[in-house]
Amino acid sequence: MPASTHPSLSLGPVLYLWDGPKWRDFYFRIADEAPVEHVTIGEAVCSKRLHFIEPHVAEVIERLEGAGKKVSLASLALVTLERESQLVRGLVRDSVHPIEANDLSALGLLAGKPHSVGPLINVYNGATARLLASRGATSICLPPELPMASVRDIVRDAPDIAFEIFGFGRVPLAISARCAHARSKGLVKDNCQFICGEDSDGLIVDTLDRQPFLALNGVQTMSHTCQSLLQELGELTAAGIGRIRLSPQDCDMVMVARIYDDVATGRCSSAEGIERLALAYPGVPLSNGFHYGQTGASWIAAPAGSPHGGERWQMS
Amino acid sequence: MELICPAGTPAAFREAVDAGADAVYCGFRDETNARNFPGLNFSRDELKTAIAYARQRKVMTFVAINTFMRAGQEKLWHDAVDDAVRLGADALILADFGLMAYTAERHPEQRLHVSVQASASNADAVKFLVETFGAKRVVLPRILTIPDIARLARQISCEIEVFVFGGLCVMAEGRCSLSSYATGKSPNMHGVCSPASHVRYREDGSELVSELGDYTINRFPAGEAAGYPTLCKGRFDIAEERGYAFEDPVSLDVMDHIDALRDAGVGALKIEGRQRGKAYVAEVVSIMRRAVAANADERPALLSRLRRLSEGQKTTSGAYEKRWR
Repeated sequence: MPASTHPSLSLGPVLYLWDGPKWRDFYFRIADEAPVEHVTIGEAVCSKRLHFIEPHVAEVIERLEGAGKKVSLASLALVTLERESQLVRGLVRDSVHPIEANDLSALGLLAGKPHSVGPLINVYNGATARLLASRGATSICLPPELPMASVRDIVRDAPDIAFEIFGFGRVPLAISARCAHARSKGLVKDNCQFICGEDSDGLIVDTLDRQPFLALNGVQTMSHTCQSLLQELGELTAAGIGRIRLSPQDCDMVMVARIYDDVATGRCSSAEGIERLALAYPGVPLSNGFHYGQTGASWIAAPAGSPHGGERWQMS
Repeated sequence: MELICPAGTPAAFREAVDAGADAVYCGFRDETNARNFPGLNFSRDELKTAIAYARQRKVMTFVAINTFMRAGQEKLWHDAVDDAVRLGADALILADFGLMAYTAERHPEQRLHVSVQASASNADAVKFLVETFGAKRVVLPRILTIPDIARLARQISCEIEVFVFGGLCVMAEGRCSLSSYATGKSPNMHGVCSPASHVRYREDGSELVSELGDYTINRFPAGEAAGYPTLCKGRFDIAEERGYAFEDPVSLDVMDHIDALRDAGVGALKIEGRQRGKAYVAEVVSIMRRAVAANADERPALLSRLRRLSEGQKTTSGAYEKRWR
C-alpha cells in the first residue's frame, strides 16, 4: 500500500442495542455530515437483537451510499447456534456489499471472496495477516490490545493488505455465552427482555472501591475508558496504517469524526483534539495504554519530545 | 473416551501417566503456552524425558503452543513447534493461524489439534481449520451446550475434545483482553491471566481487599475465605447491585454428564489444571479414570470424591447447561 499523507476514517458497527429509529437516524446523520469514508453496519454482538435494525438496513445503506460512503456489513462475533450459523451463511451468500468477518465461520465461508476482517479476529502477527490476505481479505482492523511495536511489524510483513486501527471508542474486551448484562438486572439470556437496550452506551461496572472499571454491553464486556489514538495518528500513518476506526458511542459521533479528521489533516493539533474530544464525549476518561504495551486502561500523554511531555497517569 | 490430563511439571506428568491418562498435555517454559506461570512447564530436556516415559506406557503427549505469536518474536513460537515435533509430540495444540500454517507447511505429518484458545465454536469454523491446516481434533470453547456439541459433531469430520473438570473461563477463550486491560499482561500474547505479579492483598479495617493492578477485585469480610483475584470472578457494583457480575469463584465439573457427552460425539475429556500440584493431578486423574469406566450406579460415589478436590468447593456445569447463560 502506498503511504498516503493522512489516514481515512471509518465508522465501525454500533455495538450497543439501539432501537430501530435511533439506529436509522444515527446513520442518516453520519451520511449527511460525518467525514468518514467507510461505514460498517450490522449487529455483531448478539443475534437476538437483529430484528431491531433489520427494517432499516436497506434505507440506511441507500442513504450512506448516496452520500458517497463505502458500506460493509458486519458478521456476528460469536456463533454457536444453528440459527446463527444460518445467518452468517445467508449473509455471505446473499450480500452484495463486502462483509467484515468477526468470527471464524465467516472467515471460512468468505474464502476466495474479497472481504475485510474485524477487530475481534485474532491477528497478532504478519503470518496470520498474510494467510488471511491469501484467502481474500483486503483489509484487517487489528485487535485493540496490540501494541505499536506489533502493529509496525504486521504492516511491514503483510504489504498486500490494508490495515485499520481501533482509534476511538470503548474497547470490546471480551464476549461470553452468558449475558452479564441480563444477569445484572435479574434476568437470564434466554429471557432477557432486551434489557441491554436500556443502556445505550453500556452499563458501568464499578469496583467495590467505586472505581469505574468496565462497561457491560449484553454478552460483550467493554472498557469503561474510551480508547483514543488521536495523539498517535502521525505515528500510525507513518507505519502504513491507512484507516482509523471510530467505534460508535452514544455521543455526537459527527463531532468525533470531525475532530479526528481535523487532527489527521493537520487543521488542529492533537492536544487541541483531545480537549475537544473531552467535550464531544464527556464524562468518560480516555485511554491508550494498549498502544504502548501497558495497562490498557491507562492514558499516556503525548510521546516524549512533544510539548505535552511523556508522563503517564491513570485517568480512571 | 480418552482422558486428557494436565501436567505443569515433570513430576505431575509422571503422576498423570501412572494414574491412567490416555494423553498428557504440557507446554514449554515460556510465553508460547497459555499457562506461562513462574515455576511451571518444561524445558526441552524435560519434555524429551517425559515423552519417553509416556511412550513406554502407551500414553500420548500433547504439547500446547497455544498463545498467539507476538509480531517480531515469531522465532520463539517456531522453535517451540520445531522442537516439539523433533522430540516426538503426538499432537500440537495450536491457536494462532500463522503458527498453524507454519506447522502444516513445515511438518505436514504432525498431528495438529485446535486449541480452545482458537475459539472454533461452530461447524463452519471447524471446517475452516480442518480444510486449511489439516486439523485432526478441536478442543471446543466452553460456551456450548451439550445439544450444541451433538449438533456440531454431526457436521464436522474431526475429533472433539471438551473440558470437563477444573478452571472455568467465563468469557470465550482466546477472545478476552480483560487481563491486559487491567495489567498489561495478556492471555493471548503472554500466556497469563490475572497474573500473580500484579496481585496485591491489603487490609482495610476488618476487610481483606484483593487487587489486580490498580483495581479492587474483591473485598472479604472477616471470616470469609479470600480467593485469588481472577478478574472475571470478582465482586463488583453495577448500579445498585453488588455481587459476582460475571461468575462466582467456581470451577467446572460436568462429570455428571459423561454419558451425554459420549452420546453427543465427544471423544476426549480434558482436565484443566497445569498449575496444580502432582498430588492433585494424581488423585483427579485416578478418580476420573474410574468414573469414565464405571456404570451409572458406581459413579456418584466417585464423583463426590472428585468434587471435594474442586477449588473453593463450589462447582458449575457452566455453559454445558443452557440455564447458565
